[in-house]
Formats: sequence, C-alpha cells, structure tokens
Amino acid sequence: MQPTTTATDGPGARRRARTFTGQLQNGDRIAHFTTFIFAAAIIVITVVLFYELYASSSLTREKFGWRFLTGATWDPVALEFGALPFIYGTLVTSILALIIGVPLGVGAAIFLAELAPVRMSAVLAFIIELLAAVPSVIYGLLAIFTLVPFLRDYIAPVLEGTLCFLPLFQGASYGFSLLAGGCILAIMILPFIISISREVLLAVPREQREASLALGATRWETAWHVAVPYARPGIIGSIFLALARALGETMAVTMVIGNAPRINLSLFAPGYSIAAAIANEFSEATSNMHVSALIELGFVLFCITILVNAVARLLILMTTRKGSAA
Amino acid sequence: MNRVASILAIALFCTGCSDRPKTDVVYSDAPAGLVLINGAGATFPYPIYSKWFDQYHRLFPQIQINYQSIGSGGGIRQVIEGTVDFGATDSPMTDAQLREAKTKILHFPTVLGAVVPVYNIPGITEEINGITEINFTPDALAGIFLGKITKWNDPELKRVNAGLNLPDKGIVVVHRSDGSGTTYVWTDYLGKVSPEWKSKVGVNTSVNWPAGLGGKGNEGVAGLIKQTPYSIGYLEFIYAIHNKMAYGRVRNSDDNFVKADLDSVAAAAAGVKTIPADFRVSITNASGHDSYPISSFTWLLIPSKIPVPAKKEAIVDFLNWMLDDGQQMVEALAYAKLPKELVEMEQKAIASIE
Repeated sequence: MQPTTTATDGPGARRRARTFTGQLQNGDRIAHFTTFIFAAAIIVITVVLFYELYASSSLTREKFGWRFLTGATWDPVALEFGALPFIYGTLVTSILALIIGVPLGVGAAIFLAELAPVRMSAVLAFIIELLAAVPSVIYGLLAIFTLVPFLRDYIAPVLEGTLCFLPLFQGASYGFSLLAGGCILAIMILPFIISISREVLLAVPREQREASLALGATRWETAWHVAVPYARPGIIGSIFLALARALGETMAVTMVIGNAPRINLSLFAPGYSIAAAIANEFSEATSNMHVSALIELGFVLFCITILVNAVARLLILMTTRKGSAA
Repeated sequence: MNRVASILAIALFCTGCSDRPKTDVVYSDAPAGLVLINGAGATFPYPIYSKWFDQYHRLFPQIQINYQSIGSGGGIRQVIEGTVDFGATDSPMTDAQLREAKTKILHFPTVLGAVVPVYNIPGITEEINGITEINFTPDALAGIFLGKITKWNDPELKRVNAGLNLPDKGIVVVHRSDGSGTTYVWTDYLGKVSPEWKSKVGVNTSVNWPAGLGGKGNEGVAGLIKQTPYSIGYLEFIYAIHNKMAYGRVRNSDDNFVKADLDSVAAAAAGVKTIPADFRVSITNASGHDSYPISSFTWLLIPSKIPVPAKKEAIVDFLNWMLDDGQQMVEALAYAKLPKELVEMEQKAIASIE
C-alpha cells in the first residue's frame, strides 16, 4: 500500500505532492485509489454473499446440522429437509455433461485452431460464440421438444439393449431424466470449451510448431504432441469454467430433468438439481424453515463451486510445473 | 494498512445500510392526489386481477393499483412483513402465519377456480367426437398419485369407465415441481378423500411426491403431459381450457361424476353450508349433486388497520366495486362468480377495516 511513485519524479513533483491539489494532479494516486476500491468491491460482494447465505440458513443449520447434507428426504409438509438428492443430481448431470462435452469440445477446438482453413475457422468461431449467447430457456425448449423424445424413442432403447447389465441404464425411460439433463448441459457448455480452447491453442507460439514440423512431425503430431500440451492449462481452465456453468445452470435443466428429488443410479430416472430446486420452490415457500432450507441449498451450491474453482487452480498449478506455458 | 481498513469499513457500511423498501415512499414525480397501492401474490388469479386493476384505474384515474404475481408464498410473506399494501393467495394463511403479522390480516375471497385431472392416453385423448373424458373416483386419483395404481387398466379405473378401452400401460404421474396454489388445492382435495394421503404426504403448496415427474408451472406440466404418452397430471381449469387439453370428470361426495365448468364450480361454493367469519374455508370435496369437488376460492389479504386514510379509502372502495361490478367480468376469463350470500358477508366484513 506504500505509494512509491512520487519519489522518482524529481524535486518539482515532490513539492506538488505535499499539497492536496498537488496530490490530485498526480494521476497515479487517484488511479491507484479508485481501482483499489473497485477491486475491494468484488471481495466485499463475495463476503457479503457468503455471509448472507450462511446467516439466512441458520434455522435449518441448527435443526439438521450435517444431516442436511446426508438426508435424502425433502418434505416441505413435515419440514424434513435433506439435500443429498439435489447434490447427487447436480453432480451427476454436470459430470455427464463433461464426459460428453469435453472430448467433443476439445476435439473441435483442435480442428478449428490447428487443422481447419483459416477462413472456415473464423466463421465457425463466430457461430460458436453466437451459441454461447443463446438464452438457456431456449435450450430448454429445444430439449423438451426434440432432445427428450429423441432420447426416449431412439437412444434409450439402444442403451437398454446393449448396456443393460450396467445399473446406469435400467428401468423405464420417460425421456425426462438425468440423462436428458446431462445432454442439454453438454450442448450448453460446448461453446465455452470450444471458444476458449481455440483461443488458447491459437496463442501457442509459432516457433513451437515450426520446430516440431522441422523435425519431421506431421500436422496432427504437431497439434497433439506440441500445441495441446503447451495449451493444457488454458484448456483445463476452459473445462472448469464450463463445469462451473453446468453446476449453476437452472432453467434448461429444470425443464428436462424431471424434478423428482430421489437418488437413482439409473440415468433414465428423473432427478433434481440444486439450482432447479431453488428456482422452483422459493417463490411459494411459505414456512420459514422451508425458506431457510432453500437458502442452505444455495450455500451448498456456493461451496461446491468454490471447491471446483480451487481444484481447477490446483490442477493448473500442477500442470504448469510440468513445463508448459502458464 | 490503516487505509485499507478504513476503505473496507466504508464499503461494508455502504452495503449494510440499504434498508428494506418501504411502501410509504412518496413518489415525487407522481401527480398530486394520485394514490399508489402495491400488492403482490398469487399467480392463479393474475389475469382477472390485472383486468380489475386496469379497469378500476380507468374509472378512477387518481387510484393506481400495482400487482406483482410472485406467487402465494411471496404474497403471504410480504403482507406479514408489511412491505406491500395487500397480498393475494390461493391457500389461506395458517394461524401461525396470522400471529406473525403485526396487524390483523383479513381474507377476502375474490373469485373461484378449479383444478382438473389432465391426461395423455394415445387412442383416447385424440378422439374428438367420441368420448375423451375419463371418469375418476377419489380413490383412483389418490391411488395414482400415491403410486399405488400403476396401470391404466386398473380395476378401480375400469369399473367406472365401461365404455373406454383403457390400455395395459404404466401410468406416468406428472405434478408441479414449483410451489403453487394449484398444488395446494389438489393436495387439499386428496387429503380430504384419502386418509393415507393426509398422513403420508399432507397438504401444502409443495409436497414430497411419492411418484412421478415434476414440471415447472402450468406450462411445464402441460408440456410434460403432451410429450409423455400415458401420463396424467393436474392443471388449473383455465389453463386446460385455453390450451384445449382433455380433462376428466371427478366423482363428488354425492356420487355423481362432474366435469369442471363455471356452473359446477359455482355449485361447489354454494354447497358449503357454513362459511366462517374470517372466510378461511376450503371448498374441496363440497357436497351438492352438481358440485365439482376440486374447486377453491382465491383470497386477497388486507391488513385490518391501514394508517394512510387515502389508501384505506381506496382499498375499501375497490373491494366494494370488486364484489359488485367486478364480479360481472370474471366469467369472460373462465373464473366462477362468488355466491350472493358470500358477497353480502364480505360487504359486512369490509366495514371492519380501520
């Protein structure tokens, strides 16, 4: 916090700095001060958010304690609240979205950055950024009217026929399911993974590629063995940004997930996510205990995202130590 | 480091000092004499309320009533905290909620609505000229939503639908996932006809459903039903009418299968023998030959003491207008009118607002 700028500006500047107006004329200090306030505001917002969520959920925290995280019953009539089905649904749909979305997204980014003709790459990148701007409720509608019937009539019978020995693909399929939630999330996070990974890959220095090509590597070998490892921290960053978005996505998920707070191993079964539960029940929650339980759900989601971000940092740190670029 | 601390303190103070919005804010740009009244609550009566408030503002330009349809729960909470001039709800306030409020809160029924069982059975719902209406007994509805009746050709359903070829298919139950007055009315009815429902699930704006899928809002439930063959759910009567969805008849307490319409809903209100002085009464499973059993009032929540005289006068005048001229507009929007005796009771109750 010690301003050191005036010291090197010569005796004239030092004299001016002694008076108040002189200090104002010195742009550095004002810039320092105002931008510091902006930065501090972010910390304040986060702290206030954390505190408000924590304080407003005191009723259920006192009544249920850690049981809130392990309980599987969500009964607003008997005022018995357990968040496990929601946590389960949130994690399963998000992980499913990553399993589907990451190979597709990173693959597409590699093609666009390394192998596609420049003009085609630019046009596609523009379209992908357009996709990122589509409101989630539109994705939800698309999912209700096309994805859900498609999953129910075509995908589910195939999976049931071939992979029925797995507990993941058993039971009746109505279409509205964890699987549908994961699929629509995968579609929604694709633009994030593709456009960030593409930018990162494009930022790989030319010399790296040229050196590899000069050694006789093919374009694919250069892309896979040189460019991708170099860009790995950025690609991992894009994946975690996508995961954070998947965890918090509300509208599209609630439209297709079936909204049933039950834990079911089968992906064909309906589930529920934390964000969907809050959006669904908050406006009509009449008892204080119910409101408190919903706020605590929000608190849990907040903690999960913090955890995800921490893991992302750690992963990026670990991979950068292995000698690629930051 | 002193400076850091002081800046943080200022920032914290700035976020901490924003208070809850007060309703008694004087809007400086409002024309002199304009009375602004704010209300919030139920979504179900929103179409008729917005029509009433608009019409009333045209008749009396100096009075403007703003209504936000944020849901019954929100309406109740805001009226308890006194952040709105009036609330609106589809489920009457509980005794505990009434005790929480600083001033006594009065309930005024405004219109009648109904909830109907809606289904999608390929081969039955498409039939336009033939029979598309399925008869439901109270036991059948409770059994289906408890997850005990799982096939469409269950004996309980076949027994009362002799003319229909009900398929040997599993029933997909669809319910509301958001808290809702519609759910309250539906579970209130099931609780009355099924002791098992009452003890296992209970009555509330959102409950722990034993079976099925959840859809957000009437539109969400309608979408799920349209998309899922062999499904059943419940919708607000008005929503089912506007979207031309097939809905069934329900057997009332006089053993008569009744289809929901304006007359059968009004009959349910007339079938209630004694209406309590505070108007908090459920009319589900009402007696009467033609009563539709899943009918309900919806209420305005008015504080019994309104400190601002101009507001008090405006609210009292509006209530009287609503019970008189206002009632003539409701049927055009598919709500049923209040019975005459109830209107007279309410007119007396309005006089108690101070």
